[in-house]
Amino acid sequence: METNLCVAGFGGQGIMALGKILAEAACDSTDKKVTFFPSYGAEQRGGTANCYVVISDEEIGAPLGDVMDDIIVMNGASLAKFLPRVRPGGRLFVNSSIVKDEIGRGDITVVRAPVTELALELGNAKVLNVIMLGVYVGYTRIIAPDIVWNAIEQTLGSKVSLLPLNREAFRRGLALGEAAREDR
Amino acid sequence: MARVFMKGCEAMAEAAVRAGCRFFAGYPITPQNEIPEYMSRRLPEVGGHFVQGESEVASVSMVYGAAASGTRSMTSSSSPGISLKSEGVSYCASARVPMVYINVARGGPGVGSIQPAQMDYLQATKASGNGGFRMRVFAPATVQEAADMVYAAFDYADRDRNPVLILSDGVVGTMMEPVELPPMKTEEEVAAIKESKRSWAIVGHKLDYAHRAWIQPGQWSTLLQQKENEAAAALYESWKSDARAEEYLLEDAEIVLTSYGICGRIAKSAVNVLRREGVKAGLIRPLTVYPFPYGAYDRIDYRRVKGILDVEMSIPALFLEDVETAVAGRARISTCLCSGGNIMSRDAVLRAAAKIMEGN
Repeated sequence: METNLCVAGFGGQGIMALGKILAEAACDSTDKKVTFFPSYGAEQRGGTANCYVVISDEEIGAPLGDVMDDIIVMNGASLAKFLPRVRPGGRLFVNSSIVKDEIGRGDITVVRAPVTELALELGNAKVLNVIMLGVYVGYTRIIAPDIVWNAIEQTLGSKVSLLPLNREAFRRGLALGEAAREDR
Repeated sequence: MARVFMKGCEAMAEAAVRAGCRFFAGYPITPQNEIPEYMSRRLPEVGGHFVQGESEVASVSMVYGAAASGTRSMTSSSSPGISLKSEGVSYCASARVPMVYINVARGGPGVGSIQPAQMDYLQATKASGNGGFRMRVFAPATVQEAADMVYAAFDYADRDRNPVLILSDGVVGTMMEPVELPPMKTEEEVAAIKESKRSWAIVGHKLDYAHRAWIQPGQWSTLLQQKENEAAAALYESWKSDARAEEYLLEDAEIVLTSYGICGRIAKSAVNVLRREGVKAGLIRPLTVYPFPYGAYDRIDYRRVKGILDVEMSIPALFLEDVETAVAGRARISTCLCSGGNIMSRDAVLRAAAKIMEGN
């Protein structure tokens, strides 16, 4: 079993942190193989940012797939760029606060989450990536939520004052993801 | 050992520190900046020194100097920067000064692209500077291999008194993977390594002519220069038995994929897909690209094999030249290539393999 994920959005939306936390949780919790591959270069300076996570029972070939099983999309430009690369039967997790477009593909599962609005409700726009991570983990159950939470805690490190906000953000995301899973 | 999740560049830098590297000089270039960044923080913690030179030439020359004092020393760069370092590397080879350097390769020629590529194969394996010297060149495919190879490289460099090159690429350097780091050498061990070089290193000798150390990148005497070149040639010859390759499912293989570094692991995953589809595929992935593991290709059963597929992220094909020498006309060789910073697609490898199996 191998899962290929691409996370894409604007620079500043915490795209790299989302992918890296998930990959670190996979490294910590299992004996699975895992890779995290960030895009690097000009697109990080003001345009779209994206990264790839592969979690597998086998040795991993390329740390990014020709086609993706899952994509997480935080803005419209990323949807246009990565939607054609989702395999039939794959899953799209989309920030529905920003991306209002018709998805236009009937052969994939679409999970919509208004993560920008939810983050603003929580009082900090920056936690939209943690909410989306919760949605993804809640829906896919790719890694146990408490292990992902440990990885978030580790990432925040000494910034303990941010823990309650992030805990609530992750919890909300998880609830959304789990609800979407039950509605399938 | 617990596994930690690390970026290739950082794992290589940490492995160097653990091997006893106490001096690093470099100059920024994408995609290897995490190596000097990591070293700038880490080396002072262990009593080592980091210098950001004013250029590649300056930084490799600083490494030449530090290594000449017996200190385990390293530099790193990416393709165009590696070209600039070729002068200092050649000087180290000529003066028989051990050092380790890392190429986190990107597109070329020229300034190329900052994205991953394998365009530096011939430069790395045949001529990394003027004067016909050779080096051991290691080609990691994973973060684990990258760390292990850097760690081992310092021992090889010291044993041979010669530079050693790690030929990685922008994927291996920037991706993160779980890695078990090699053990940290104690301060006593690091000091003992330095002490073991006293016979030739600049460590503070008596002022008389007989005892002083003499680091010299060339000889004025033509006779002496020839003698030194003969000794170096004998050294290079002695490495042949150290050539290493991963040989995977070769015994019954009807098609053999061959590739190195990042492409090697992509080719291996293609072999696994082919096997699941019932195609008898195998793989040869050189771990040392100099010395090249020619012997691995003798273990292909050429009566069965329909073709060899050379997979590399370089156009024109470069690794192909060594593969052709190794196969020596015993089978037809096809290529699957990409370049310009594009990462090899496994689907493209599978399509190329299918063509061979169909007899095209």
